[in-house]
Amino acid sequence: MESNRHAAFEIQHEPNERSTIQLRGDWLLRSERPTARQMLQELMASDTHTNWAFDCCDLGAWDSALMMTLARVYQAGRDAGHSIDTSGLPDAVQELLELSQAVPEAAVEEPVKSNAGLNEKVGVWTLDTLAGISRYTHFMGQLILDVGSVLRGRTPFRFREFWILIQQAGVQALPIVALLSFLTGLIIAFIGIIQLQKFAADIYVADLVGLVMTRELAAVMTGVIMAGRTGAAYAAQIGSMRVNEEVDALKTFGIEPVAFLALPRVLALVLMMPLLTILSNVISIAGGMVVSVSISSLTFSTYINETIRAVALTDVFVGVFKSLFFGVIIAFAGCYRGLHCGKDAAAVGRATTSAVVTAITWIVIVDAVFAVIFHILGI
Amino acid sequence: MSSTDIMIEAKDLKLAYGSFVVMQNLNFTVHTGEIKVIMGGSGCGKSTLLRHLAGMEAASAGEITIGGEKVGPHEAAMERIRRRFGILFQSGALWSSMTLYENVALPLEQYTDLNANEIADMVEYKLSLVGLKGFGARYPSELSGGMQKRAGLARAMALDPEILFFDEPSAGLDPLSARRLDDLILHLREALGTTIVVVTHELDSIFTIADNALFLDAETRTALAEGPPKKLRNDPASPERVRFFLRRGADADELSNPAHS
Repeated sequence: MESNRHAAFEIQHEPNERSTIQLRGDWLLRSERPTARQMLQELMASDTHTNWAFDCCDLGAWDSALMMTLARVYQAGRDAGHSIDTSGLPDAVQELLELSQAVPEAAVEEPVKSNAGLNEKVGVWTLDTLAGISRYTHFMGQLILDVGSVLRGRTPFRFREFWILIQQAGVQALPIVALLSFLTGLIIAFIGIIQLQKFAADIYVADLVGLVMTRELAAVMTGVIMAGRTGAAYAAQIGSMRVNEEVDALKTFGIEPVAFLALPRVLALVLMMPLLTILSNVISIAGGMVVSVSISSLTFSTYINETIRAVALTDVFVGVFKSLFFGVIIAFAGCYRGLHCGKDAAAVGRATTSAVVTAITWIVIVDAVFAVIFHILGI
Repeated sequence: MSSTDIMIEAKDLKLAYGSFVVMQNLNFTVHTGEIKVIMGGSGCGKSTLLRHLAGMEAASAGEITIGGEKVGPHEAAMERIRRRFGILFQSGALWSSMTLYENVALPLEQYTDLNANEIADMVEYKLSLVGLKGFGARYPSELSGGMQKRAGLARAMALDPEILFFDEPSAGLDPLSARRLDDLILHLREALGTTIVVVTHELDSIFTIADNALFLDAETRTALAEGPPKKLRNDPASPERVRFFLRRGADADELSNPAHS
């Protein structure tokens, strides 16, 4: 393989106010070469030599490395009012240089930097927040109205698609919900039993796992899993439909997208969340039981009896009741973000992320609110 | 044509997003049975205008009427007007979770009293009009781009609309599929007398189908010229930019009229 010749240039200041730029060697991106700045410094050193020309007798191989240098030198020379003779350059270089100079630089307006003070920023933030709340409220109101519209038969409700949505939100979510619930129960029991053994109170690990899972964690864990799985899928599905103009197509037929797309998804998730939560309760208690029986003197029957004694039906009801709201939150966030998604692929990604973050945030907030309410009610 | 023939009318129309003006001072009419092409360079606002004509967005100023009734997303008559037109979107916009049959049947289920058997017959008929008879059980993802466009047209025609809007019908299609779609547009007008508005910058299509063309100009943000495309191209009185745009279509013109070439 032939080795590269070192790229170099030399400026010949001639008596007739002409500077000739002699290019030598191989001007390639992969090799070292002089910069346009170095070339310009030498060229501009003479005030009297305002005619520039090129000599390429010793120029070897070249690529865009030469072109970017020449384009910069050419532009700077023209800006300084010099006359530049490019006839000494290879024909292809001349053509590319001409092409690069064919369209003048666009006068793109710089984005206006905001000089807003704190008060104005707070005001803008407040207005944006209020507008967001208004959009959310409108979406929620529309969803409620659409239930009536579907019941009156004014809006089509596709049961075949509804069953598919139920399958996606229910049966297909079973394995992941079961696995994570089992592991959660297992972890709580493992940590709990180590502490309880210090007080010879191993038996209460059943109480710990049973109460924590049924009242709180089964619903919250299932909610988080479904937000990441189904809520994100809803945002992506509906967002893609927006990008592909499918939502616009619905509107042109007078079909309300909220009723047609969001309502079945909300209903599917509201129906499936309590069932998944009940499953999570059972599996997580089983997970706790496995670890408790394995590392302590507890037996299966002791563990089950203690769980039955400790966990009241009310505790199960509390978790399942909350899961209904979590289902609404997840489906609502997914559908809302999907329907308000932009019209490019990146916007679908943003909508998906936003749907998951929104859903998880609201699940935690609503769970905290319920904790206070149930405490006040003595449940 | 008399004023009673006017199907679509735009008066002093201004399309803007906030302070950004897309188009202004637009005045034009589309007569019953006419094929009007809205043409212009990329990004000049053609599709935006179409969305306004279909009442999907509200004009900033001026008004659009279809059959004398005001068009807009919040207009009271919009539900009635919607049944008078169909749209073929640029991407076809078929509902991807439904089969072709379901795509075409949904508007029929929504707006007509046809029973299931009649709907099945109607869907088959509409699909046969666009050459897709027997494809009803297929999903959009199982079809080529040209077939998706034709299926979108079958759906747009489901309710026998008086007006059909086409947004870049040839976009993404090979020349043969594009020509087939153009022929379909001409046949629909011929057979059904449908008023047709097509947004495109494809010169082949413009010279093949247009009775009249409206040239939108991104620089002046208004309509630069209106008239039959061949006249606009050859008339020295036409604005230079319009003639330049249309001159590039000489080959297409010869292609569509081989006898004169």
